[in-house]
Amino acid sequence: MFNYTFHWRPALNALPQMLQGALVTLQIAVLSMVIGIAVGVVLSVFSSSRNKLLYGIYATWVEVARNTPALFQIYMAYFGLGQLGIRLDSFLALLVGITFNNAGYLAETFRGGLRAVPQTQTRAARSLGFNAYEAFTLIVLPQMFRAVFHPMTNQMVWAILMTSLGVVVGLNSDLTGVTQDLNVRTFRTFEYFAIAAVLYYLIAKVVTLGARLIAWRLFRY
Amino acid sequence: MIEIENVEKSFGALKVLDGVSLTVNKGEVVSIIGGSGSGKSTLLMCINGLEPIQGGRILVDGTEVHARGTDLNRLRRKIGIVFQQWNAFPHLTVLENVTLAPRKVLKKSREEADAIARRQLEHVGLGDKFGSFPGKLSGGQQQRMAIARALAMAPEYMLFDEVTSALDPQLVGEVLDTMRLLAREGMTMILVTHEMGFAREVSDRVAFFKSGKIHEIGSPEQLFGNPQLPDTRAFLNSVLK
Repeated sequence: MFNYTFHWRPALNALPQMLQGALVTLQIAVLSMVIGIAVGVVLSVFSSSRNKLLYGIYATWVEVARNTPALFQIYMAYFGLGQLGIRLDSFLALLVGITFNNAGYLAETFRGGLRAVPQTQTRAARSLGFNAYEAFTLIVLPQMFRAVFHPMTNQMVWAILMTSLGVVVGLNSDLTGVTQDLNVRTFRTFEYFAIAAVLYYLIAKVVTLGARLIAWRLFRY
Repeated sequence: MIEIENVEKSFGALKVLDGVSLTVNKGEVVSIIGGSGSGKSTLLMCINGLEPIQGGRILVDGTEVHARGTDLNRLRRKIGIVFQQWNAFPHLTVLENVTLAPRKVLKKSREEADAIARRQLEHVGLGDKFGSFPGKLSGGQQQRMAIARALAMAPEYMLFDEVTSALDPQLVGEVLDTMRLLAREGMTMILVTHEMGFAREVSDRVAFFKSGKIHEIGSPEQLFGNPQLPDTRAFLNSVLK
């Protein structure tokens, strides 16, 4: 009933290649997270804007990002934009797709986080002579980030795992791409993907631990 | 000099200030007393432009607060305000709470801002708390920190909005001591307060607020000792018994 013989040695020999891929994966995840946080903060500010256009941008972005499959979002970045004459390579298309998705989720998280910071904090800051931007960046944002730190870490892990979708737009340099190449060459599907899974797990763990360390350093109050 | 002329202010259909006029001269301490919801705190928020007004005008050293071209951020530098709920910045240490505005708003160097903050914090008796976070302080200590934070901007006017109302009774004294010191140093102050004894002691004038108006105003001796209007008498009877 079961006559598959495991061949771990050749699979493990490919480890350096796979680690190289893991590095690319991490790179995409970090980039999409950094840009996603920046865009998410801007969107969350738009969410309480009285300007209809700004609110519209926020609402549309969040609705689309959260209610359509991430896979389609990456497809749209690669094939959709390509149809419009904007040709992104698979690395960039994946980055754009995931960042779009990330920013949508993060915007909603941040919106909640901003509500957790009392209005009176802004008042106190403004009364000291800070302008609206300073009051927001110096007083409100740091407190918001503390409130949303754990959901933000979850989103980071989610972003790492989502990078594996790059394979659908032909990305072959990230962990999934490298693994897939090895797979089609050798058909040792189980071995390679098991190793890849372990590597994804380790990356996610390292990021979570790193985040905890940052939180411990940053939020001592 | 703060000149409040016929100020009107509504929250929706609710009229909170209904033609308030009051002039506060340099070096003067004016207390505002009155029941809850009579518009006292709102008036303070209007003076530094945190709240818009619908009628009348407020002048601070001749600058009209609510005029279109007024640089409120600049104007607020000379008006310190301390709130009922102290509003410490929880993510900053006590020292950082006090140095942030001098550094970012007044563009002072870190050393200069530190020196100012240390002096102000020692002034209010928090010389040993520089590195603590506000969450580790008592309400009275946080409120004194808030006073130091406002003073670090070297304001010309200080507004106090029921600063002892949210404190445990045994912590009220230390905050009042700090304010007493300020009054003695000649700071121009407007305080909204429920501490009648304190108002009587430090004020040059006391104003009784009722239904969005200054109902009666006079020296502490006059207002507390010989109130002219029946509503003032009724209020004082109810709080002083």
